[in-house]
Amino acid sequence: MTWSLVLNVAVGGILTGLVYGLMALGLSVIFGVVKVVNFAHGEMMSIAMYLAVLAFATLHLDPLLMIVPVAAVFFAFGYLLQIGLINPFINRPEHSQFMLLIAVALIIVNGLLMIFGPDARDAMVGYAYDSLQFGPLLVDKVRLYGAAAALLGSAALFAFFRFAPTGKAIRACADNYLGAQVVGLNVKQLYALTFGLGTACVGAAGCIMVLLVDVTPTVGTAYTLLAFVIVIVGGLGSMAGALIGGVLIGLSEALAGLVMDPSAKSMVSFALLVVVLLFRPQGLAGRRA
Amino acid sequence: MSEKNSASSGQAPRRGLTRRAFNAGAAVSAALVSSGAAMRLARAQDAALKVGVLLPRSGMQGAVGQACQRGVDLAPELLRQLGYSVKLDLVSVDFESNVDQARAQAEKLIAGGANLLIGAFDSGATSAIAQVAEQKGVPLVINIAAAPQITQQGYKYVFRNFPTAPTLVRDGLSLMKDFFVATGHTPKTAVYMHVNDTFGQAMNGAIGKMLPGLNMPFKVVENISYDPAARDLSVEVAKAKASGAELVMLTSRLNDAILLVREMVKQRYSPMGIISPGSPGMYEDQFYATLGKYSDYCTTNVPWYNPHEPMAAHVLSAFHKRWPKDRPAGYIFNIGFTFEAILIAADAYARAKSTNGKALADALRTTHIDKHMMVGGPIVFDAQGQNENVHSVVLENLQQQPRVVLPVAAAEAKPVFPMVPWNQRS
Repeated sequence: MTWSLVLNVAVGGILTGLVYGLMALGLSVIFGVVKVVNFAHGEMMSIAMYLAVLAFATLHLDPLLMIVPVAAVFFAFGYLLQIGLINPFINRPEHSQFMLLIAVALIIVNGLLMIFGPDARDAMVGYAYDSLQFGPLLVDKVRLYGAAAALLGSAALFAFFRFAPTGKAIRACADNYLGAQVVGLNVKQLYALTFGLGTACVGAAGCIMVLLVDVTPTVGTAYTLLAFVIVIVGGLGSMAGALIGGVLIGLSEALAGLVMDPSAKSMVSFALLVVVLLFRPQGLAGRRA
Repeated sequence: MSEKNSASSGQAPRRGLTRRAFNAGAAVSAALVSSGAAMRLARAQDAALKVGVLLPRSGMQGAVGQACQRGVDLAPELLRQLGYSVKLDLVSVDFESNVDQARAQAEKLIAGGANLLIGAFDSGATSAIAQVAEQKGVPLVINIAAAPQITQQGYKYVFRNFPTAPTLVRDGLSLMKDFFVATGHTPKTAVYMHVNDTFGQAMNGAIGKMLPGLNMPFKVVENISYDPAARDLSVEVAKAKASGAELVMLTSRLNDAILLVREMVKQRYSPMGIISPGSPGMYEDQFYATLGKYSDYCTTNVPWYNPHEPMAAHVLSAFHKRWPKDRPAGYIFNIGFTFEAILIAADAYARAKSTNGKALADALRTTHIDKHMMVGGPIVFDAQGQNENVHSVVLENLQQQPRVVLPVAAAEAKPVFPMVPWNQRS
């Protein structure tokens, strides 16, 4: 095994991991504030993937150009979903919330099956087969652009929560629910905004992901699971943790495929999950409860 | 009163059954029984044979399952044209590329009155269905599935018109040697990449056993297995590239074959060739549609239709009539074997004249169909229910369609090897 092989594989893993991170960021933001685990997260991403494929097939629009419009549509979708469907379940037992969102996931999968059928679809952009060479390092253009877009999206979200008054209010709401109510914040409105933002994140991630993988109606389930693994490893509710978790899972899977049987590489991410749960249950960047 | 009347007539009162009455009754009963049997026979001939066809029409193998379904769709009309007057009630079900679903759907079909099952493209699913069929005494005719154990377990109701993995590998590897001889170029090293499902493991096992004895001109320097449902195969391709192998030997499914070629192009890994010793993927319509020029020169040594068989022309003509916009090349393998499975079922039913499972199985055991579509000898089943007369050809993708290049007798084009590097394709 040469060092250039390790380098190439590691860089590919990190780039893919950044896209995973953006996807998981949405789940983490929603849980961190609204305290609802979105079991339909991956399925929502598959809707975004289909929207990007449709835009590419009909208007020849690059999925990366679809990030902003799809994120906007998803923000509205998430906002309305929170107000209309999830809000009545906020104070209900957790299993009710789980069942509700699993039902949403099933409806999405079957709806997509009815509309698009079971075949895999892709968006083969002009640069889909291109790669950039930097000495011994060969970087897949699609992964590079996707990771850059994911980083930009994550940075925008960080900046919003750090600097925007609404972002600060949402953080306040997450830190102290009662305090937020006492100072007169409209918590219901902030919850809906947060759900909208989390859904926008997954919409953006879907537009990037469709460049890396083909989409089928059932592809979302695997990504819901992956997002859970990432946010648990990174720290449930921690935005930085989601990105760290994403990169770590992407990197560990890539390197595991290199040093052991590639067919067993997914095992490594779950092993990592077990190790984190055993020795740092709050996650790598999470705060102890 | 009646007793008195009898006495006055001088006859003894009737007690029990007389010999004459018994004989008369027996004659009537025999007539009734025989007419009943005749009626049942007539009903059996008139009744439709309910055939459950199990295919993965959605999920990971959805595209291939749908291609197989086209064989089912064409079958009734084709059978009529071929002079089969038996009635078949074909009931297709989708097992969603899921082995558990395959088992459940097979049970459901049998509970719903299916007299015979056909399927199921995937070895894992076919194994599960075979267990159910054997348990319930309902014959299963396998269209496509290569795991050898399916017909090596002493099953009495399982029949396969498709080669086992060892046969595929033996044919595939020896055709590879012919391919190198025909083109005058021989790779010295190879990497073997294969899916890790039931079929892939069976192929890997067969290659491991046979390769040393076949005196192949190349050395396998790396063996890489991967999940057929994998979303990313960049690491696998990086490993293959790092091995420096001149030849990629591949046992794939459809989606992973597309992913692998895509990654090879991205990682600028241009081996002398990509050759499958007998797996699906590289001759499917979606492979050409997705990869375009990069699908060319990928080669599969696989059982294929015989272009010189009149039945193949029949099927192709029916295909064009039904789907005028589609190219048959990407579907014909799946259509051919699925149609042949239905042909075998119809032939057995015509001879069995019964929908009874045992009678159908007995008829299947004595199958002998000379005129059929795929390359090979007559369709006959050995004691294990295996047809050993199916043979492979070398199928190379040229101008984005599969062309038979070897054996010479069936060739449609000349073989090309080494393949044109990715960056030199116009």
